[in-house]
Amino acid sequence: MATILVYVETRGGAVQPIAFELLAAARSLAAPAGWTVEALVCAADPAAPAVEITAADCVLTMAHPALSPYLPEAHAAALQAVVDERQPDVVLFGYTTAGLDLAPATAGRTGRTLAAYCRTLALDGGALTASAQVYGGKLIAGIEAPLPAVACVMPGAFAEDAGRIAGSPERIVLPAPATLGALKTRVLEELFPEAGGVDLTQASRILCVGRGIGEAAKIAGAAEVAELLGAELAGSRPVIDAGWMPKARQVGKSGTKVRPKLYVAVGVSGAPEHLEGMAKSDLIVAINSDARAPIFGAAHFGAAIDLFDLLPALADRLRAG
Amino acid sequence: MHAAVVLRLVPDIADDLEISESGNDIDREWVGMKLNEFDDHALEEAVLLKERAGASVTAVALDGDGVDKLLQSAIARGADRVVKITYDELPPLPAAAAVAAILADAIQALGADVVLTGVQTPEDAGGQLAAALGARLGWPHLSAVAGVQPAPDGLIVRQEHSGGYATRVHAAGPVVLGVQSASQPPRYVSGSKLRQAIGVKPEKRAGGEAFAGPVAMVRRLAKPASGGGAAMWKGDADAVADQFVALLRERGLLKG
Ligand SMILES: Cc1cc2nc3c(=O)[nH]c(=O)nc-3n(C[C@H](O)[C@H](O)[C@H](O)COP(=O)(O)OP(=O)(O)OC[C@H]3O[C@@H](n4cnc5c(N)ncnc54)[C@H](O)[C@@H]3O)c2cc1C
Ligand SMILES: Nc1ncnc2c1ncn2[C@@H]1O[C@H](COP(=O)(O)O)[C@@H](O)[C@H]1O
Repeated sequence: MATILVYVETRGGAVQPIAFELLAAARSLAAPAGWTVEALVCAADPAAPAVEITAADCVLTMAHPALSPYLPEAHAAALQAVVDERQPDVVLFGYTTAGLDLAPATAGRTGRTLAAYCRTLALDGGALTASAQVYGGKLIAGIEAPLPAVACVMPGAFAEDAGRIAGSPERIVLPAPATLGALKTRVLEELFPEAGGVDLTQASRILCVGRGIGEAAKIAGAAEVAELLGAELAGSRPVIDAGWMPKARQVGKSGTKVRPKLYVAVGVSGAPEHLEGMAKSDLIVAINSDARAPIFGAAHFGAAIDLFDLLPALADRLRAG
Repeated sequence: MHAAVVLRLVPDIADDLEISESGNDIDREWVGMKLNEFDDHALEEAVLLKERAGASVTAVALDGDGVDKLLQSAIARGADRVVKITYDELPPLPAAAAVAAILADAIQALGADVVLTGVQTPEDAGGQLAAALGARLGWPHLSAVAGVQPAPDGLIVRQEHSGGYATRVHAAGPVVLGVQSASQPPRYVSGSKLRQAIGVKPEKRAGGEAFAGPVAMVRRLAKPASGGGAAMWKGDADAVADQFVALLRERGLLKG
């Protein structure tokens, strides 16, 4: 019978939320076609996280010390072995660091086609079809990936709930391939966020500055408005990478995921990797001089004007109270 | 150490992107092309490896319009050698596996032992190149790389995940790195260095055999469905600020 294999990401022995979104995606694909959903947990000790997975027909586990903490070479080798053995028709990854590593690696090493940045998935005859977010979210690509295929799915594209339903999947322990004993890379150290810094997840109001701010010296103007709003200051990735703000203030895929009462984005284009970190905020206001910027698709209110005109005008009014 | 850095020209997504008549590509006639942002970081990290560990750096790009200038700017940034790879044909937004097939042989022939490229491009709907190259070369790879340090017996690579979590990974042999950000922001190059580099003529090499396996194809491109989205405030900055403050007052979100 045809199967969909879901790669389950774990960290520190816990299943990552994206895995439940993928299980939901897999079930929605599998149900109409009468296909089977298998979930794969690869870790040093996969038994505990595997118990969290109930929404699959079958949960596969593979245990090996090289599999935790996550190491791309080890997980790519594990997947190659599992996919070669079980020959799934579709393999699903989430668009995370592991997905960036493993979706193309698995496709390349097992001769499968690949659709990346998927927001929807469907089966159409002998192909997986998908709509993918490209060009920073400005366009949607309709992709056709002949089966067997790999898809990398955007976080937030499928609701977790359907991936958390109860069930009693069959459980199968798979042997680790010998390749895991001969790796050329190894994890030296795990790095965790520094304690004591700002915690954006606790902020009820956030003002986020994007690359539109142009230079470090201009951040002071935004910081003043943040102060007047009672908001924490945050930055998009380029602002952090440029060294204009500390990493703890980065919102998005590789930064912090936030859900404040108020999120104000100035000079942020609204790339999918940024939206992933803030799209669920209660009230989103976006200021961007480009009326076509994707941020306006996620915002509740917005204005297509120059942030350097708006910030002083806003500061005046907030100061006046 | 010999670092090959793969550079790609991509559409400037700040531009207006129109869909071509074929319906499965953007109209490339008028769109501005620029060095992929993450490839810029990959180039910076490669040049840092040269400065810190004496690596030789070869910048590699698929042949095409504007590629000579792209590679010359890599010379100005510190690359030692520049090579453009010729190939027959690629579909719009080509699958990473197909691009990897073209590049892999050339990279091996150059004798590179570390390949750096950007973690993604705005148009890699068919997958990301770094991991596809790793698969093709049979080398380990790491994506979302934020910093590489030379070590006596290889490289130490920082791989970023989410929420401030990262790992430091030791790579003992050849490796492909999908760079997200360099250890320091990409450097500024002076106009005089750029002018000097204009004299350099990139070497030309034939790419590998076309990819034989089936690949995903982009069948159509579309603008995202409108609807939902922001209610847009009209007027000048003062008018917008008034509406902004009124909203905050109405929602009880003013400070105090
Ligand atoms: C694996 C991975 C993880 C990532 N993680 C993150 C992440 O955690 N967080 C994140 O933010 N990004 C992340 N990114 C990067 C993301 O893809 C985008 O590159 C980034 O979000 C763009 O930041 P930006 O919107 O500030 O800059 P840009 O996209 O350059 O946008 C700048 C915007 O400012 C506007 N602007 C310019 N001048 C003005 C002005 N005077 N007034 C008003 N508006 C103006 C422009 O119209 C433009 O829309 C990640 C990427 C990858 C591949
Ligand atoms: N996690 C996410 N990542 C990327 N885009 C998103 C995400 N959540 C919502 N969006 C987009 O943001 C817009 C508003 O989404 P919503 O508020 O869910 O209707 C839509 O264009 C969605 O496609």
